Amino acid sequence: MKFLKDAGHLFCFAGLFVLAFLIFLGIRGFVVPKSFGQYGHYRGNAIRDIAAHPIHFAGHQACEDCHTGVVDTKKNGKHAQVNCEACHGPLAKHAEDPGSVTPPKLDTAVLCIRCHAQTAAKPKNFPQISSDHSSGAPCETCHQPHSPAIDAGGAK
Amino acid sequence: MNLSRRQILVLLPAAAVAWKAVLAGTPEGSPNYTMSDHWWGMLIDIPKCIGCSNCVRACQAENDVPDGNFRTWVERYHVSDENMTNPEVISPDGGKEGFPEATEDAGKYFYVPKLCNHCVDSPCTQVCPVGATFVAPDGVVLVDQSYCLGCAYCVQACPYGCRYIHPEKKVADKCTLCYHRITKGLTTACCESCPTGARQLVDLKNPNDPIHEFLKTHSVQVLKPQMATGAKVFYNELDGAVR
Repeated sequence: MKFLKDAGHLFCFAGLFVLAFLIFLGIRGFVVPKSFGQYGHYRGNAIRDIAAHPIHFAGHQACEDCHTGVVDTKKNGKHAQVNCEACHGPLAKHAEDPGSVTPPKLDTAVLCIRCHAQTAAKPKNFPQISSDHSSGAPCETCHQPHSPAIDAGGAK
Repeated sequence: MNLSRRQILVLLPAAAVAWKAVLAGTPEGSPNYTMSDHWWGMLIDIPKCIGCSNCVRACQAENDVPDGNFRTWVERYHVSDENMTNPEVISPDGGKEGFPEATEDAGKYFYVPKLCNHCVDSPCTQVCPVGATFVAPDGVVLVDQSYCLGCAYCVQACPYGCRYIHPEKKVADKCTLCYHRITKGLTTACCESCPTGARQLVDLKNPNDPIHEFLKTHSVQVLKPQMATGAKVFYNELDGAVR
């Protein structure tokens, strides 16, 4: 047993290593979030955190649940596939609380031109108008934005 | 610090209660959503894009994207009749305020909306040293902003230039494919606001998604296929000039 007696200081050292390792495991268990490694080398709860962000666009379904009249106007018109919030902007707050949050009034002079301004860079079959198209009159003088074609009965 | 046996006995149960709160984690964000049922991507129909940049504005409104940074942006390509091999590409302020006048010539113009390609083998997630960015089980590349150090390795690694360092949070930021919306059954803000249907959210795991028929019947390409990133943003009729 002389060998063991001489190696005493080594056991002491090994014990220190084991102790340090246990302390490391303890600290690691405390600082690494529980969901880390749930799906991979990342914090699983990060996915749920990101999914919990608030929405700003309500989605056309929410609009159509109430505004059925506009749905009827739109459905046979050229803008049938254009979602409400493409023009009206993000209105999730209005969808949540229609009574107190009123959507802002839109300016057709700005909005219509965003898509319909004439430029050589647009697909040729897309309806485009030059700057003197209406001689300064607002678009809605002739066109009903929810069903804009004049010959389709969309004129006011 | 000298603690008596009595004090330690009082402190132990308190520590046990605190430990339980640490282990509990945060509650579920969207209970009716199963990640393994989805594999998200996007379809961009180039001939339908009119360059209105509604998507860029909608993205900024939905995700509070700081001015000067973009999670999505629109590029206008001009292949002129004089210099066909070297197209002019512009995207002033991401296209947010529109594009300058186009000149009439024998060349061609087209718009290319860009966003994170949500790659299957994404270079950006491979270089992250701390596990702050990852491909979620439903195929969306996300950033855990509470883990991100802001080292910007991922910003350099992305071959598509889709990441930026958030100027105030000082962490990596990027398109989440509106993860907070698609997990609630809504489409992304850019798709919701696209007036021509040029952008469409697709779920490759949904057998009823029209994307499957579309991929079979159209000439569809991804950006930089030679990089084998497994990009999931599909471009219909993508011109070879697009980089």
